[in-house]
Amino acid sequence: MTNTPPNLIPMSMPGGKSATEIGYHVLSVLVENKAGVLARVAQLFSRRGYNIYSLAVAPTDDERFSRLTVVVDLESVTLEQITKQLHKLINVIKITEIDPRESVQQELLLAIVAADTQSRSQIMELAGIFGAKVIDVGLERLTLALADTPDRLDDFTDLIKVFGIIEVQRTGRVALTKLARPSNRGGMNKGKAS
Amino acid sequence: MRITGAQALVKSLEMQGVDVVFGLPGGAILPVYDPIIDSPIRHILVRHEQGAGHMAEGYAQATNKPGVAIVTSGPAATNIVTALADAYMDSIPIVVITGQVATTSIGTDAFQEADTTGITMSITKHNWLIKDASEIPQVVKEAFHVATTGRPGPVLIDLPKDVSNQMMDWYWPESVDLPGYKPNTKGHPRSIAAAAKLIKEAKRPVFYIGGGVIRSGGSEALKVLVDKCNMPVVTTLMGRGAFPDDHPLCLGMPGMHGTYTAITAMQKSDLLITLGARFDDRVTGKVSGFAPDAKIIHVDIDPAELGKVRRADVPIVGDVKLVIEELIEALDKGEVGEMAFSITQEWHDQLKSWQEQFPLRYEEDPKDGSLKPQYVVECLSKLAPEGTILASGVGQHQMWGSQYWHFNDANTWINSGGLGTMGFAIPAAIGAKVGRPDKMVWAVDGDGCFQMTAQELVTASAERIPVKIALLNNAYLGMVRQWQEMFYEQRYSEVYLSPDLPDYVKWAEAMGCVAFRVETPEDVIPTIEKANQINDRSVVIEFRTDWREKVFPMVPSGATNDEVVLGPMFEGR
Repeated sequence: MTNTPPNLIPMSMPGGKSATEIGYHVLSVLVENKAGVLARVAQLFSRRGYNIYSLAVAPTDDERFSRLTVVVDLESVTLEQITKQLHKLINVIKITEIDPRESVQQELLLAIVAADTQSRSQIMELAGIFGAKVIDVGLERLTLALADTPDRLDDFTDLIKVFGIIEVQRTGRVALTKLARPSNRGGMNKGKAS
Repeated sequence: MRITGAQALVKSLEMQGVDVVFGLPGGAILPVYDPIIDSPIRHILVRHEQGAGHMAEGYAQATNKPGVAIVTSGPAATNIVTALADAYMDSIPIVVITGQVATTSIGTDAFQEADTTGITMSITKHNWLIKDASEIPQVVKEAFHVATTGRPGPVLIDLPKDVSNQMMDWYWPESVDLPGYKPNTKGHPRSIAAAAKLIKEAKRPVFYIGGGVIRSGGSEALKVLVDKCNMPVVTTLMGRGAFPDDHPLCLGMPGMHGTYTAITAMQKSDLLITLGARFDDRVTGKVSGFAPDAKIIHVDIDPAELGKVRRADVPIVGDVKLVIEELIEALDKGEVGEMAFSITQEWHDQLKSWQEQFPLRYEEDPKDGSLKPQYVVECLSKLAPEGTILASGVGQHQMWGSQYWHFNDANTWINSGGLGTMGFAIPAAIGAKVGRPDKMVWAVDGDGCFQMTAQELVTASAERIPVKIALLNNAYLGMVRQWQEMFYEQRYSEVYLSPDLPDYVKWAEAMGCVAFRVETPEDVIPTIEKANQINDRSVVIEFRTDWREKVFPMVPSGATNDEVVLGPMFEGR
């Protein structure tokens, strides 16, 4: 019946962006270090139907502030709407969207792997290749720790699966903007922590 | 000066200029009620905490000043949750202070303990749990600042009993310390210029006016802008009164039960100049079919509203009043100033012809002599002194109130728009009368709504706050009945309330009101005139209205605004 207006935001394609841009985005949120702030952020996401993929929180070097690194899933809503709603929280000071191409991102993985005398050396070798550390040793098990990019952690997990993973834990992602280089003067201050 | 936390709270409210609070005491808030005896602040003792919240809202809507409510912990806090949610939806500045169990008992499931800050987190602009009495003046100052600046809204301060009793050194803070809260009020000059250009270029423009214009005190400025542009205006349910209904450019209310002309003008428009409105689903109908040819200028102080529902061609973050003033200047400045307005005479003619063809209509002289609710509201409006405030509950009577009352001033229409809170009318009217004792305050209410909050008429009588209630008694939850009739094959499920149970006249009299019952059209005017003469007591008029009446026009839920149902008065034309 009616023509779809050109400036309408279709719900299935947030912000009219191409499909490749949809997916996970990393937001670095500087908040006041006060009681209940995490609850406010979490409740905002839940109440507005936004999905959190992962979340990491820690105080910054300035103890008045904490930094939340939130990986958000943009299935149902635009990133713009999420950041605007987050900004409405009184305790939120600054929100930076972290572009994967312009940032360094790390997660920490801890994994208990089945390691009998036969497989142990193979696991150790694999750990060596990935730069993972053995942080605990049992008679038939090893606990490995690896801090790296989410992709590398995925790869590592896939490989050690073969030996039998007893338990695995991953942290939320933390990220910082890449440092400025002489060829990239525009981003001089982007890497500041707080 | 060493004083208790409770004294500091009351003193902080005084410093903040509060002259009246609505409340009800209880265990955890007891320490605060002691210094209230010695304070010049007037305390109005409500009969239910929800009433305190809605009174604070009514006060705020009538005065544009923040309303304040004080209640105790636990059930009192949960009782006021509805009012907080209501104020959050409609951007009403209220400050609610709740008692809390002692800090040492928090988290132990103590008597009358509830996680008030947790419960109200998503329905307040911000809330505070005070842990030390020294924070009280700072938090009170911040709370009023947050409630009244930017996009106004409710805030809550949760005050544990031991903190109220704790001694502190009194101080009054010079400023607020909110590093994460810096609302933008001035529109970006480049956007203002772009908006002015679109306004000059538009052939079929419509001003889409929301409650933000009232909250920002921008209605005078709006009149100047509209007269300068000579462009039609629609005022949303929250924006009624922001622009006078008797102005020839006013098309009335848009949306689900708006006028045909207001709805269709937006549909056919090529530019919506959106000021302090939020593209609510009740206004847009099916969003994908809403105003398909219109470019959008969207002015709002809340950046999150811009692009939330409909992408704006020119989004402007700013205080609506300031932006209107900036727009008025920009229309005369530079290149845009040289341009002529492009609005066409055909557009004006088209609107006029719609207004003539499809006005609001109801059966004015029914053969069976039944009493039409629209007639009652029309008479109330005609007989009301200038500047009378009308409060409303939620349902059919609210729509008839909005449609048939003639609004000419901002802050004279007080209703629950976004949340749709039944029972809002009576406490809101009381709050409005407290804020504006110089004005007559009427409430239009339904029988369903009346039964939810009528007990506050006891408050009105006891505190000598004379309000007038027009109770449109159709013996049904009328709006629900209308939907069941139209969309559920007339299968009426749990909507019948009975016309005479309770006996509303006896009930009103028992609460200290003067009460009348009107059953025929002939009695409407004389009884309203009688009520208007009574200034020392509250009055309830129960109108036995025609239960068959439905609200029209109507855009059925989920339909586009092209599908306006005009109702039986237009059938066969």
